[in-house]
Amino acid sequence: MGSRPRPNDKAPAGRLNSPKQLEALRASILNKRDPKRPCIALCVGTGCLAYGCVDIFQAFNNEIAKQKLQNSVDIRATRCRGFCERGALLTIYPQGVFYQRVKLEDVPEIVTETIVKGRIVQRLLYTDPNTKEQYAKEADIPFYKKQQRLLLDANSKIDPTSIEDYLAIGGYSALAKVLFQMKPEQVIEEVKKSGLRGRGGGGFPTGNKWQSTREAHDEIKYVICNCDEGDPGAFMDRSLMEGNPHSVLEGMIIGAYAIGSHEGYVYIRHEYPMAVENVMTAIKLAESKGLLGSNILGSGFHFKVKVSRGGGAFVCGESTALMASLEGKVGEPRAKYVHTSEKGLYNRPSNLNNVETWANIPHIILKGSDWFSSIGTMTSKGTKIFSLVGKVNNTGLIEVPMGMKLRDIVYGIGGGIRDGKKFKAVQTGGPSGGFIPESHLDIAVDFDELTRVGSMMGSGAMIVTDENTCMVDMAKYFVGFLQEESCGKCLPCREGLKRMLQILTDITDGRGREEDIELLARLAATLKDAALCALGSTAANPVLTAIKYFRDEYEAHIKDHRCPAGVCKPLITYSIINEKCPGCGKCVEPCPTKAITFVAKKEPVILDQEKCIKCGTCYDICNLKAVAIK
Amino acid sequence: MASKVETIINKYEADKGQLVSILQDIQTEHHYLPKEALDEVVALLDIPASQVYSVATFFKAFSLTPRGRHLIKVCLGTACHVRGAAKVVDKMELDLSIKRTETTPDMRYTLETANCVGCCALGPMVMIDEKYHGQITSDKVSPLLAKYE
Repeated sequence: MGSRPRPNDKAPAGRLNSPKQLEALRASILNKRDPKRPCIALCVGTGCLAYGCVDIFQAFNNEIAKQKLQNSVDIRATRCRGFCERGALLTIYPQGVFYQRVKLEDVPEIVTETIVKGRIVQRLLYTDPNTKEQYAKEADIPFYKKQQRLLLDANSKIDPTSIEDYLAIGGYSALAKVLFQMKPEQVIEEVKKSGLRGRGGGGFPTGNKWQSTREAHDEIKYVICNCDEGDPGAFMDRSLMEGNPHSVLEGMIIGAYAIGSHEGYVYIRHEYPMAVENVMTAIKLAESKGLLGSNILGSGFHFKVKVSRGGGAFVCGESTALMASLEGKVGEPRAKYVHTSEKGLYNRPSNLNNVETWANIPHIILKGSDWFSSIGTMTSKGTKIFSLVGKVNNTGLIEVPMGMKLRDIVYGIGGGIRDGKKFKAVQTGGPSGGFIPESHLDIAVDFDELTRVGSMMGSGAMIVTDENTCMVDMAKYFVGFLQEESCGKCLPCREGLKRMLQILTDITDGRGREEDIELLARLAATLKDAALCALGSTAANPVLTAIKYFRDEYEAHIKDHRCPAGVCKPLITYSIINEKCPGCGKCVEPCPTKAITFVAKKEPVILDQEKCIKCGTCYDICNLKAVAIK
Repeated sequence: MASKVETIINKYEADKGQLVSILQDIQTEHHYLPKEALDEVVALLDIPASQVYSVATFFKAFSLTPRGRHLIKVCLGTACHVRGAAKVVDKMELDLSIKRTETTPDMRYTLETANCVGCCALGPMVMIDEKYHGQITSDKVSPLLAKYE
């Protein structure tokens, strides 16, 4: 991990003691930068690491040195810009030329053709899988064009390990404004007026939360950033923390000032090593500039931030559990008769917000609450980042104004379902959310609409499923996930989820009974009423919405012992479609139980059902789709 | 070993609240949490052994048994699940003749699952040691494993 590039990580020039000095530094940074000079901004985020982007970055540096272009072109290692599916990704500024699926061997050509000669390398451009249209610029690609990237935009422009890059895009000016032109009450008022609601899932009005923590009586108060993104299928917090950690820190410092807190924590998943590293670097750099720590910008306000790594427990997304873990204890939640804004971490008033919530703050301060509340719907303001994943053509991280139609997200930005398959449902809100079927595709996506149709916003995962996804299996997947993650403190969750999983396993194994659906619904209701924390009380959502919208699939499993989507192993068989199989024998060797016999070229292979363990290797390996699942 | 635990604890100024981070660092050092190291944490932080044990067993990240040379984490996040991650784990178990959370007798591999490694657009995702491998299907499992000695 240590080999990651950090080209702009220069030693900071010293502490800033006033807003004037901050502006002077910003001016000198901008002065040194020529906006017309070409800059290759390559994504080296976690997603693109899988494509070998670190080697590509190195290759660019070598090629630029080889062609002696060091003084006429910049190269910048940015982090995630969302279109991970198409990695490795790069944008060439100032034109904004966007190349995707870049490989090591493309590097010399990009430098020679695009940088030196100003020509576009056609084969590296994005081609729309549906219309076959090619796009040269990032801004024109449908995936990006329909988004409003308020928070994510900077991710493709800055190197997060360089504080100069953040300053160059106006960083920390909101902080200066708050410290020298606003009273804490005014800051809270502004955040309240903006209508910002917590992005971690709860959707609680941020300004109100700040106010109650401010009003709580105690000398010591804490401000906490929740980056324990345990929600499977969501990676917006990782991307923000990796790609623009200063924006999160700036939001936290502003919040601390408004609340009257001098100590803060960033609680971050250990599964995100790059985000941990980048936020630590950001803290160090901000401290060295006097933007964090004691006497911030000479204002007399002081605020320290510590980083604490989570140990991989989903329940730690629950505020009280997270705080217990911050105290070095087991991450178990407690009942919230007394709010954490009164008694939270170490029994002191504590204000916890999610990464994305914090990142919104500098924008609200700079552009004003009126501007912010002009985006979105009546009850949900601003933009929301979603991870659009699963069976859509364009998977990745997207940011859209609240209130966008779900259909526009799935088809407009996501480009529809992969491989021409049929849409089945979108699952939103993570394991606590629900399935949204085709009949609700036209809802305007915001906090309240999602709840109305039985799902929830959650942290913003959107998992698109198609005809090959079994809804009973999905419900079982989520319940299995949650029962494993249940901390075991309260009985309804500990026992209830186990039993639900047992029933769902029976159904997917073909042992379901007709009364099982009713039993599931009853258990779900008990969990909702009696569980201690949100993990348990919302755990039944996926099961309930799956029953509500896809009851026929449950019935097919129970009554006909059939899995219509072809997923549940005990209910399916693999077979060779003789008409399609040319007898190439590609599937023979990889079959782990030697269940496939080669006959002769142009003769279909033979699959022995007795030996078949339904592992799916032959299905995955066959390009001709000659293996059928029934 | 003694000095290492002490160095780690000093790095966190012996802050009891940083127990999870301290255990993470010890695990980075040894690839698991040796009993002797935990005893030392108990003594140096002056906290009950029961607290250290409960934290070490509560969080998924920690292992009290030695792990193999290569740590395989198959992501079972939702996005990977809908693209067939379960088949990938099954194939791994078959290839390695171990179940998830187990280590091969030759200490070459430890097989684990992860809830989400945050690369949802590239699922199914497999992380081996520090390296990310995207879009893994069951037929790609054997060649992938062979790369790790």
